[in-house]
Amino acid sequence: MLNRDIVIIGGGPAGLAAAIAAKETGCSNVLLIERDHILGGILNQCIHDGFGLETFNESLTGPEYAARFINNFNDLGIEVMIGTIVLSLNADKILEVSTAGKYIRIKTKTVILTMGCRERTRGAISIPGSRPSGVYTAGMAQNLMNLENICIGNNVCILGSGDIGLIMARRMTLEGAHVQAVFEILPYCSGLSRNVQQCLNDYSIPLFLNSTVTEIIGNGRLEGINVAQVDTNGFPILETKRFISCDTLLLSVGLIPENELTREAGIELDPLTGGAVVNDFYMTSITGIFACGNVLHVHDLVDWVSEEGSEAGKNAASFLINGDIGSKENHIPIMHGKGIKYTIPQRVSLKKDFTLSLRIRTPGRDRTLIIQDKENVVMKKKVHHLHPAEMIKIYIPKSSISNSSSLKVTLE
Amino acid sequence: MSRRELTCVICPIGCNISIIIDGNRPTQIIRIQGNACKKGAEWAHQEVENPLRIITSSISVIGGDFLLASVKTTKPIPLIKVKQVMKEIHERKLIAPVSMGEVVISNPANCDTEIVVTRSIQINPVRSVNEK
Ligand SMILES: Cc1cc2nc3c(=O)[nH]c(=O)nc-3n(C[C@H](O)[C@H](O)[C@H](O)COP(=O)(O)OP(=O)(O)OC[C@H]3O[C@@H](n4cnc5c(N)ncnc54)[C@H](O)[C@@H]3O)c2cc1C
Ligand code: SF4
Repeated sequence: MLNRDIVIIGGGPAGLAAAIAAKETGCSNVLLIERDHILGGILNQCIHDGFGLETFNESLTGPEYAARFINNFNDLGIEVMIGTIVLSLNADKILEVSTAGKYIRIKTKTVILTMGCRERTRGAISIPGSRPSGVYTAGMAQNLMNLENICIGNNVCILGSGDIGLIMARRMTLEGAHVQAVFEILPYCSGLSRNVQQCLNDYSIPLFLNSTVTEIIGNGRLEGINVAQVDTNGFPILETKRFISCDTLLLSVGLIPENELTREAGIELDPLTGGAVVNDFYMTSITGIFACGNVLHVHDLVDWVSEEGSEAGKNAASFLINGDIGSKENHIPIMHGKGIKYTIPQRVSLKKDFTLSLRIRTPGRDRTLIIQDKENVVMKKKVHHLHPAEMIKIYIPKSSISNSSSLKVTLE
Repeated sequence: MSRRELTCVICPIGCNISIIIDGNRPTQIIRIQGNACKKGAEWAHQEVENPLRIITSSISVIGGDFLLASVKTTKPIPLIKVKQVMKEIHERKLIAPVSMGEVVISNPANCDTEIVVTRSIQINPVRSVNEK
């Protein structure tokens, strides 16, 4: 059995940042494990620009952003196993790993979970109809086009207005496909508004809100779809049903944190995020196991993934060097008031200042986020533009909290 | 005078910028509202005159450890030139190795930009024999 101080599972931006920070904080026995044959995670297939505006003040493409971290990682001489998958993790921090056809076991003092997320599939939202080829998740299509050089179709419709779907609408248009429309069941777009402008409006691709695909039609290859508007409860209005001929349907209907290993280890999960419950050190319910990046909660900005990764890496290293960081008994929970979908962390030690990441439930304008402890308002923050697709971050100094048995966040 | 709504594409905040423009001269902005920063105002002026966009794509590579080299324009190009620039990108082929930042097309469609590779690609000995 191998022995390590820190094992990081997943070599995307979260894992890379965590490894770099752990090493820089003074931990030398760090191992990063990645199942793919290259580092960088999802960034490898995200060839569009827009990454790194916060970290580097430059608009980089995914591969360029990843390269900066990979270079830094390599320069630090951190140990890495690529083409290696972690099969299981238990509460004693023993990992079962498959690498180059070999089975090995690794015992480690701390673990950082950075497995990222996967896409919701058609099954998960169960559209009626036949099961022809030509139906892809948007990320799968992105992978096939951008890494495998496979043309996936010519006449395209997109269900769901997530960012990956919008990015793919533009990508396929530029590659010569005809992208007919994007259908979104919600009354608002779930992707960033800049992507609606530069991926749809620029190429005159219509976005139909309050609309969904009611049937998938085709034998062998997709021949078309039925679409309909939905009522306020999300049920299709039959009179509005129409047929659209197409050979390709992309699904951009959301991401799910990939937490099989987490669940198996018996780590407490938050049904609101699909990821682990963590404290302000990004430590999960098992002492010494940390989580960050998309495996913890789905991010829209990779810059914030890297930031969270650094923070978690630094904390894991300090935990090894200094021992206990904030014993769990004294943690206080963060409660959700009106309008709040989730918060990360879910509980805090109040031993240090912390950043609260949160998402709100519905779009809005000019509202106030209020954070209060048992008696006092700790902080008020005006937010001009609110959207469920956009994560909000608030820095909270511990000195601002006086009565500390709980904290509550509300949107007024 | 008339009003136009724009979405700034400079950063992920994506401000909704509303502009009032001179009815006779559609590129003459009289008032700008909603931009959270200065860059947004500059962008709005550019947007009504001649919208510019960064374009990203990929070019196939012979004999590399990746099949495609992702590429981008180093400067934003006029939206109306995108089709022509894409045509030049599609006509180009590369041979491994290529390195990140390498210029593979200069001034495509006479635009003031270069197309550079955004991923380094090494030679894959097996592919380089088979594909040549
Ligand atoms: C298809 C897709 C497109 C996206 N596009 C954008 C975008 O355009 N802009 C943006 O800012 N964000 C985008 N995102 C969000 C993006 O995921 C994050 O910004 C960022 O890449 C998340 O980083 P991460 O390190 O948490 O996860 P990832 O980048 O997903 O990395 C996780 C890594 O863990 C590895 N892994 C998982 N399980 C195991 C295991 N058991 N053993 C070993 N290795 C394992 C995976 O192979 C992967 O390399 C996209 C996400 C997806 C899914
Ligand atoms: S106006 Fe400024 S803050 Fe708003 S989207 Fe444009 S660049 Fe970003």
